[in-house]
Amino acid sequence: MEQHQALSYDVAHLIGATVLMAGFGLLYQRRLFAVLNTFAFQALALAAAAAWQARIQDAPHLYATAAIALVFKALAVPFALHWLVEKLGIHRTVETALSIGWTMIVGVALVALSILLVLPVTAGAAALTRESLALAMSVVLLGLLMMITRHNAVTQVVGFMALENGLLLAAVSAKGMPLVVEISIAFSVLVAMTLFGIFFFRIRERFDTLDLHYLETYRGDRH
Amino acid sequence: MLIAAAFATLPALSLFALLFGRRAWSHAVVYLGCLGASLCLLAGGLVHLGGHPGAAPTLVLPFGLPWVEAHFRLDNLSALFMVIVDLSAAAASAFGIAYGSHVPEPRRVTPFFPLFLFGMNGVLVADDAFMFLVAWEFMSLASWALVLADHTRAENRKAAMVYLTMAGFGTFCLLPCFGLMAGPGGDYTFAAMRVHELAPTAGFLVVLLVLLGAGSKAGLVPLHAWLPLAHPAAPSHVSALMSGVMTKVALYGLIRVLFDLHGEVGWQWGAAMMVVGGVTAVLGVLYAVLQDDLKVLLAYSTVENIGVAVIGLGLALAFKDSGEPALAALALVAGLYHALNHSIFKSLLFLGTGAILTATGEKSLNALGGLLNRMPWTGAAFLVGAAAISALPPLNGFVSEWLIFQSLFQGPSLPHWAMKFGVPVVGALLALAAALAAACFVRAYGVAFLGRPRSEAARGAVEVPAVMRLTLVVLAALCVLLGAMPVVVTDSLSGVIAPLIGVHFPVSADLGWPWLSPVGATRGSYSGTVLVMVGALMFGAAILAVHGLGVRTLRRAAAWDCGHVEDNPASQYTGDSFAQPLRRVFAATPFRARETVEMPEPGDLGPARHTVHLIDPVWQGLYVSLGRLVDAIADQVNRLQFLTVRRYLLMMFATLVLLLLVVAVRQP
Repeated sequence: MEQHQALSYDVAHLIGATVLMAGFGLLYQRRLFAVLNTFAFQALALAAAAAWQARIQDAPHLYATAAIALVFKALAVPFALHWLVEKLGIHRTVETALSIGWTMIVGVALVALSILLVLPVTAGAAALTRESLALAMSVVLLGLLMMITRHNAVTQVVGFMALENGLLLAAVSAKGMPLVVEISIAFSVLVAMTLFGIFFFRIRERFDTLDLHYLETYRGDRH
Repeated sequence: MLIAAAFATLPALSLFALLFGRRAWSHAVVYLGCLGASLCLLAGGLVHLGGHPGAAPTLVLPFGLPWVEAHFRLDNLSALFMVIVDLSAAAASAFGIAYGSHVPEPRRVTPFFPLFLFGMNGVLVADDAFMFLVAWEFMSLASWALVLADHTRAENRKAAMVYLTMAGFGTFCLLPCFGLMAGPGGDYTFAAMRVHELAPTAGFLVVLLVLLGAGSKAGLVPLHAWLPLAHPAAPSHVSALMSGVMTKVALYGLIRVLFDLHGEVGWQWGAAMMVVGGVTAVLGVLYAVLQDDLKVLLAYSTVENIGVAVIGLGLALAFKDSGEPALAALALVAGLYHALNHSIFKSLLFLGTGAILTATGEKSLNALGGLLNRMPWTGAAFLVGAAAISALPPLNGFVSEWLIFQSLFQGPSLPHWAMKFGVPVVGALLALAAALAAACFVRAYGVAFLGRPRSEAARGAVEVPAVMRLTLVVLAALCVLLGAMPVVVTDSLSGVIAPLIGVHFPVSADLGWPWLSPVGATRGSYSGTVLVMVGALMFGAAILAVHGLGVRTLRRAAAWDCGHVEDNPASQYTGDSFAQPLRRVFAATPFRARETVEMPEPGDLGPARHTVHLIDPVWQGLYVSLGRLVDAIADQVNRLQFLTVRRYLLMMFATLVLLLLVVAVRQP
């Protein structure tokens, strides 16, 4: 039994860490398609994490979560973005506001912060939950970091989706999260994805680019 | 019962004025109703003070916030201030019966006048913080609407704006003040606040906030800036109430909090209030002596008198905290006596100005002159008011300032060296203010009522209607009465403040009636009664002698013109020329007064020009720079409106990380 516990803990930790590493991978990529692939990989790892939690928590509804993550986030969203990028002929280099080296350093600092923060705060909770929460928070912060250090709208959307992955990771690690909440989160992300797609088209039609610079200069109060 | 009925009448009158404002007679009806209501309230206050001074009937009504009931209570202090408020309110209402139709737009005044009275009386009887603040705001907003009554003039709109800002600031300070006194329990009744012990920091903040909140309403320097703008902008009978009475309601708030609700206020606050009071008195009267507009002059003089009363309050605080209850009682009696006196003679002077306005349409000193012959009743009453406010015996202003001086002379008996040395300095400031006040009103009266008329309007002035005259005469008689019977007043005042200080201090103990001898028979005593009687006797004898033995015929002759045959009234002493020596001596430094003379070239027939430049140090130094600071900050913050999407996200991110860092650092 002890051994079983230790094993399940290690595997959960491993998968969570994989999601986090994929988050760093997102920050590291310089090509748009590589970003999308890394995102798909992160979603895959998330689905695996959910499935593993379903197994060790004896909570069959988490399998449904895993399936949703796999179908929507690992397949549908990356394919759709892929298609959009090709369809719109978007410039395929990632334009950074902060150099990649600095981004990585800041990312490491954020991970350190979330570990420092979560571990003492959740001193009473089970070890499994604590580690996962620290990992999940790191992923959320990395997603935010991605949103603020990238110019291109597509990379911002990917950052947003990565952020949402972190939330989902936190949700599956805590015991007793109802399925309804996860499904609603998944659907809201899908809706957001659709909206972003429509907006991409509209922005593109108007400005011939998805670089947000052009959007900013177009506001009525600026010339 | 009577009081409750009077309270209910006032909003009804306001409604009546709204409904029937088109009819000309409705205004007189409303003012008549206000007169009745304020006489009822006055009677209620007097009966309470005379009949059962110790009692404090309370009343709880089930309205207000759902979980807070409305508490009312009439104790000695409330009753005293009710007398102060409603005495002047009755006078202003009576004056309004005739004057109300002379204001430019009576329909903008009449509905708010009863509400103003309602608010002021409501503050006095409120027994919980909620009702107090509601009534306080009622008072502020109603008077704001009255300031805005003549809204077509730009300076009135500016005055109303400044007033509204300062009123908002005052209430903004009072709100946390009561919150701190209520404590974490959140019981906002005054009864709970009395027993609630304040922590040192909270106690400090309460005193500071009430000084800012009530002090801004009372007009303490440097929070006085709105007062000389707003008081003159309102119609004269409203100015009389704002200046004479609303500032007293603010003093009531100060006394209620500092002596009653807040248990122990340190002597340092007493010292601070004395310094503020002294500076307020001197600066107020310095402003006043330089003014040309009679109403502005009176408003600045209100600032001075509030300073005088606050000196008394501060001294009472210092004595109380130093374990000298008898001297504290003396100082508080003196301060309250001065508040009562000021409400009467300031109402008299403002109503007198209203009479001048009715007769001439002018309130600038340089357009008046020679009114005494044309308006003898107004002139005589105004003279009594001017003498009283200049603290001339035997009138009431003298008694209260004399009492304040008597208590200031006891300052060296305080144990703290700062006070031993500081109190005489405040005494010197007060003496300077009193002397300047006398000069100020010699100037105001002399220029307005004596000499020859300086304008056609002043030349054609006729005496005002009987109702106005009667009001002025009654107020002037009160000035004499309160000065002639000081012992009656001080005895009832020491009864009023006995619960606040803890001792009943008879000001006339040593020599007995009718002598005031606050600090022993040998140290100083005064009897207005004897003075008036002797004065009347000698005056009567002199008149008898002059008229009985002298020539009976009245002969009018031209004034001696120093050899110049110059028939230009402008060659008389003007207000500006009278003020010039004082301006050169006192105003050169604080107001940076500069005079420039433009002499025409020889051969040029143009007139020489003499211009005076004054800079208001408080307005320029405090308010304008504060406004600039706010503008600068607003400019900086405005940049946030034009950031990029990514920057906004960055700000959110940075805030999040910062908060997380705070949590990470602060946890054990």
